[in-house]
Amino acid sequence: MSETLTHSRARQMALPWLGMLLLFAVPFIVQGLGIPSLLGLATRIAIAALAAASLNVLLGYGGLVSFGHAAYYGLGAYTVGILNAQFVSGDLLFGIIPGTNQLWFTLPAAMLVSGLVAVCLGALCLRTSGVQFIMITLAFAQMIYFLFISLKAYGGDDGLLMRRPNIAPFINLHNSAHMYYLAVVCLIAYVLFCGRLMRSRFGRVIAGQRQSERRMVALGIQTYPYKLLAFVLAGMGAGLAGALTANYAHFVSPDLMHWTQSGDLLIMVVIGGAGRLWGPLLGAAVLIVLETMLSGWTQYWQIIMGPILVLVALYSPQLHRRLDLSA
Amino acid sequence: MTAPLLQLRNITKRFGGMVATNDLSLDVHAGEVHALIGPNGAGKTTLICQIMGELRSNSGSMTFDGVNLQPLSPPRRARLGIGRTFQITQLLGEDTVLDNVAMAVQAGLGHSFHFWRDARKNAALLTPARAALEAVGLLPRAAMRVADLAHGERKQLELAVALALKPRLLVLDEPMAGLGPAESEAMTQILAGLKSQVAMLLVEHDMDAVFALADRITVLVYGAAIASGTPQQIRQDPRVLAAYLSEEMV
Amino acid sequence: MLFLLAAGLTLVFGIMGVINLAHGSLYMIGAYAAAWTAMETGSFLLAAIAAIAAAGSVGMVLEMVVLRRFYARDHVDQVLATFGLVLFFNQAMALMFGRQPLFVTLPQALSGTVLVAPGVPYPVFRLLIIAAVIVVAVLLWLFIGHTRIGMLVRAGATNREMVRAMGVPIRGLYTLVFGLGAALAGLAGLLAGPIYSVQVGMGEQILISTFVVIVIGGVGSIRGASIGALLVGGMDTLLRAVVPALLQHVMQGPDADALAGGIASMGIYIVMAVVLLLRPRGLFPSL
Repeated sequence: MSETLTHSRARQMALPWLGMLLLFAVPFIVQGLGIPSLLGLATRIAIAALAAASLNVLLGYGGLVSFGHAAYYGLGAYTVGILNAQFVSGDLLFGIIPGTNQLWFTLPAAMLVSGLVAVCLGALCLRTSGVQFIMITLAFAQMIYFLFISLKAYGGDDGLLMRRPNIAPFINLHNSAHMYYLAVVCLIAYVLFCGRLMRSRFGRVIAGQRQSERRMVALGIQTYPYKLLAFVLAGMGAGLAGALTANYAHFVSPDLMHWTQSGDLLIMVVIGGAGRLWGPLLGAAVLIVLETMLSGWTQYWQIIMGPILVLVALYSPQLHRRLDLSA
Repeated sequence: MTAPLLQLRNITKRFGGMVATNDLSLDVHAGEVHALIGPNGAGKTTLICQIMGELRSNSGSMTFDGVNLQPLSPPRRARLGIGRTFQITQLLGEDTVLDNVAMAVQAGLGHSFHFWRDARKNAALLTPARAALEAVGLLPRAAMRVADLAHGERKQLELAVALALKPRLLVLDEPMAGLGPAESEAMTQILAGLKSQVAMLLVEHDMDAVFALADRITVLVYGAAIASGTPQQIRQDPRVLAAYLSEEMV
Repeated sequence: MLFLLAAGLTLVFGIMGVINLAHGSLYMIGAYAAAWTAMETGSFLLAAIAAIAAAGSVGMVLEMVVLRRFYARDHVDQVLATFGLVLFFNQAMALMFGRQPLFVTLPQALSGTVLVAPGVPYPVFRLLIIAAVIVVAVLLWLFIGHTRIGMLVRAGATNREMVRAMGVPIRGLYTLVFGLGAALAGLAGLLAGPIYSVQVGMGEQILISTFVVIVIGGVGSIRGASIGALLVGGMDTLLRAVVPALLQHVMQGPDADALAGGIASMGIYIVMAVVLLLRPRGLFPSL
């Protein structure tokens, strides 16, 4: 009995490392298979997984259903896009900030911008709970969506093109393998950071308030500041993903912040298993592959996607419990 | 006579036209067990909610160790040293027994903005947690998930969690609810053992436990205290017998 | 319009605890049903019946087939499932009617203007909308507050088990309530068609505004929905009228217009933010 226990524990511990090894091996696998477009797909999955992982902090660990997470994703992307546009045109943003295309600056800038907005919006949204929280996060995201649509100076509805991705020493983001590795490194770093965070005392408070807010209050813990910090950290993660997507696609548009994008992120978290560390990666992979396949078949693929989602929502907790027991 | 630890004076709570708490005054002294009994709907839970800060009283004063409770938020009151057990247990269902108590210990250590160390391996949390579990007799169950516990064990855990914060006053909301005779007896023993360490406001229906533990009893009917005194006095008080006890004792 | 949608949605949410993104789709179905009927028959009355019937029946079917499985579930699951429904309906409508917006022309009687005060012409159709909203509001108030069924609905909201134990078929009740909410949405769709044009995705735009109305007004309260709708609608109109003019002083050209539109759109969210700062549960929370 104890042998099988240690066996499965060993398997549990080895699995993430194997997974990471696999992630790093992807470009070589793709080369071997001779289908270069797969690398682009893998990159999109990695970026989406990062965004979903940031939402997982809120939803999976904290039980906070944020339906407006795509706003931070879009903000990160636009930070890169706008900085780049300023760099190209040579003007100063707001009269003081120079544009830039340096990666080491744009990535943190993206995280900073999304973090700041997250503080402001989170401070308001977290005053509510339950359904109101869902609705208000959605509403604020739409507000930001409309804001960017109205910014004709930066493309508005049509979006903003980035002719070249950002530059950094030793990295050439035109090279799809480099882009992929950048995405994967960010993903792994963020996920490991979150894992660490959720095991800490801070993480325990977050998990605790999800399970019983009343108990936390009775213990003398005021949960608001903790939730707010989690909200900001999640926003920053999404911002990072957005910055990566700007560099990958060379294009940013308000659609990145559309509520359906927020919905997609929620789906990824749920499919992969809310609260599981690597769940978002699984969820992102499943959703993106599914969407790619379905849209290859028909223009009206959403008519199939819709019912699939309903079924997922209906059966996913059961499924995850089954998977738990067998593992 | 030392000053009371918890002092309620003329507390009134109205919900629209209905008076849930009617000009209630109550004291709990350090080291004593003050039981609150009364029929269902008498307003016991409403009173607890007011003490804990979940509900705002319409009028009256409430002090704890001289500190005015009214302006304080619920977490603040808990931090002052008022512990609480819930009638319907409020536990972290997915976590283990040890996790739950460790959470309480963690809360007692101040803020939790610590991001690096694994909380489940932190001796500063685990050692006191184990001690608290020992005190209620739940140590053997430390690694079990709360969801897998028996009802009686959950009630014990509720108690352990509240105790881990080292409160000076413990507000117990029907700790015997749902317990069988053997479990009730065990719980009564545990509470009796705690008498010297913490003052208790015990809200209960189980008369055996009440009479075994209480130093004083207040009887609540329709939100008002109709009698207050030692168990001996209450047992003989005709008003109480008429209103409530006769049904229970027979 | 916002009131109709908000009332239906807040009913569903307040009483059954389900968050339903597909409410916007019911609105869309109503609009399409009305538009199609109007084009085929030329009768506004028939179109109205079609809209309400279509939305109401689809709503009830939806409740019976899908939604009732989600009453006990987490909000996330409800959001996900209704999101899936939205995708499904949007595509279904696109399949049936194509992606181009439909324009509905009003019958003669309704398309003129009327003098509401000396020198102030007001479109007849808008008057009709206002009248309809008032009638619905009164009917709702009477229904929920003063009939047996209304009472059952309110009781069911606070304590499902007890109502069921009393022998009331709560499932049927919920289906009925949902159908009512759906019918309201369909009515809103009917009225919206001539003004906004009928197209795929129209539900979502207004749904979000509906959410804002509900958050401001307080979840579960019809009174809140009406005040909220007035507030939001009024605010929106005010901003759209005032901001572009203001902005012209500072900026020039089409950029200014777009920005003005953006700021006007943001206005209602800012109102929501302010309300939440002061009253996190909305103005008239019933929960």
